[in-house]
Amino acid sequence: MRIVLAEDHALLRDGMTRLLQAHGFTVIAAVDNGTDLLQALTERRPDVAVVDVRLPPSFTDEGLQAALAARRQIPGLPVLVLSQYVEQLYARELLADGAGGIGYLLKDRVSSTDEFLDAVRRVAAGGTAMDPAVISRLLARNAKDKPLARLTQREHDVLALMAEGRSNAAIAQRLVIGEGAVGKHIANIFAKLDLPPSDSDNRRVRAVLTYLNR
Amino acid sequence: MSSPFAAWARRGWVAAGRGLALFGGSLLAVLLAVTLALAVVSVAWVVLVPPTVMAVRRLANRARRLADAWAGVHIPAPYLPQALNGGPKRFWRRWTWIVRDPATWRDLLWLLVDPIIGAFLAGLPAAVIAYGLFGLAQPIVWQPIVDAGGSNWYGMIHVDSQAAAWLAAVLGAGVVLLGLAIGPASLLLHAQFTRSLLAPTPAALAQRVRHLTETRADAVDAQAAELRRIERDLHDGAQAGLVAVGMTLSAAEQLLADDPQAVRTLLGEAREASTKALNELRDLVRGIHPPVLADRGLGDAVRALALDSQLTVQVSVDVPGRLPPEVESAAYFAVSEVLVNAAKHSGAEQVWLDLRHHDVALRIRVTDNGRGGAEIGHGTGLHGIQRRLATFDGTLALTSPPGGPTTVTMEVPCALSSPKTTLSSETE
Repeated sequence: MRIVLAEDHALLRDGMTRLLQAHGFTVIAAVDNGTDLLQALTERRPDVAVVDVRLPPSFTDEGLQAALAARRQIPGLPVLVLSQYVEQLYARELLADGAGGIGYLLKDRVSSTDEFLDAVRRVAAGGTAMDPAVISRLLARNAKDKPLARLTQREHDVLALMAEGRSNAAIAQRLVIGEGAVGKHIANIFAKLDLPPSDSDNRRVRAVLTYLNR
Repeated sequence: MSSPFAAWARRGWVAAGRGLALFGGSLLAVLLAVTLALAVVSVAWVVLVPPTVMAVRRLANRARRLADAWAGVHIPAPYLPQALNGGPKRFWRRWTWIVRDPATWRDLLWLLVDPIIGAFLAGLPAAVIAYGLFGLAQPIVWQPIVDAGGSNWYGMIHVDSQAAAWLAAVLGAGVVLLGLAIGPASLLLHAQFTRSLLAPTPAALAQRVRHLTETRADAVDAQAAELRRIERDLHDGAQAGLVAVGMTLSAAEQLLADDPQAVRTLLGEAREASTKALNELRDLVRGIHPPVLADRGLGDAVRALALDSQLTVQVSVDVPGRLPPEVESAAYFAVSEVLVNAAKHSGAEQVWLDLRHHDVALRIRVTDNGRGGAEIGHGTGLHGIQRRLATFDGTLALTSPPGGPTTVTMEVPCALSSPKTTLSSETE
């Protein structure tokens, strides 16, 4: 799998390059600023990009802007955005085009190697990887929503994991329940929130995120 | 025509035109004086006088601005800042604020004198030039005037023949030159006259100094308290967490040979503790300088606040460009506090947040559909915001009748910088 990596911190950039290469990914470009990133994304068209939000020259949200610009040119270009902070505003902007292939994680998630690599693969496959911190804040904001209040605690847990973009199998493993049970919970959630049922994992996640982001 | 002469003539001509504009201002002053007099004697004087006085201030401020722009005479505005104008007695506070400001009374004096002295100084060059042009026109107009039975004098010349008309034209040319010559001087005199009445008096300056001293002390106190809080948070949070990580790691080190299973558990604990320390650092940074504010400026930072609020917040922003960083920060935390207040106390479900930069000030209006009855008591969040905004000569006003709605209006005078992204040092 071909990866473009954008990170201005040399130590982190090298560490992540080593980590990705050790797990069978090919880092075709490792850049340290927004201008080079946009060029690498549009010209080399990686299978997935791993991008730090804050990059030179402006040290603001350069990385995010480059990722959004690249996706306007190449719809659905898979991008996993990493940041020291997660902001709902940025999550919303990343999800806005509805094209999938989007990840938005806190930088320290990289230290949980398996989870991080799983997120990279999920995003590359057109899926979603939202940080649990984004989802918990989304749910907190929707605390007064009546349909959401009708969910059982277990359904609530399943919803949170699903909104992060995890597959049924991953949810089942995490909650130590069977995959069949997960499927049943998800069907219940969709009925209670009055969302159209869907077989595709990705479309399902997007429906849930759209609901929470109203 | 030589070029220096052309430039001189143009200066005189422009000055005369500006004098006419100032003359127009004097006419407005007459109009306002009459309006004010009528407002004072009317039954509704309690309601009508304050807005009229504010209109006089706007006119006076225009005169100050023009004196600076056209004659280079800088006249600072002498008004007292409108502090502490919220609460149920808001209306009377506004009255006292207006009446107790000596600048108000000096404005009124200016309003009476300007239509006489100001108008004379302002209109003189244009009038002289007009009279000169009338002289230049004599060779053409003397005949029709005499035919119509008029007695046609120009200066001391009785114009009743073509020869006298030509003489009048020469005199007229001189008068035009005189009008052009006195233009700039007359503008300067007018500006100095304006300054004598509209500049701050020493007493007003002393009052201003008192206000600044007070708000500076507040600002320093607030900053010191903030630093103490940060120190405490670091000490109890991230610092303690990192010590724990270190201790767990050294325990793991000692167990490495004998008990790999225990090491695995300890390493897991260490990672959890480091995650927790990172979270605490993140929260701390968010409280010092929120990342979205640094990245995008006040508009998007306030949108991000709205997204995080438990209430439904509708945001409209009209701020073309970036504000000074200290104002952005103060405004951000003020909005944050007001939203938290609304969520905690008002019982509201919906909030409307309006943020705009107009003329020379940032104005933020936050309205909720809650139960109302809010007050700016001592030690409340709103009081704290008021004191912090006062450092920037900013104000906070509250209207909150029982039953709602509650509206908090904050204003901070500040200039807008260009809409470019500003460079900042890396903090990530």
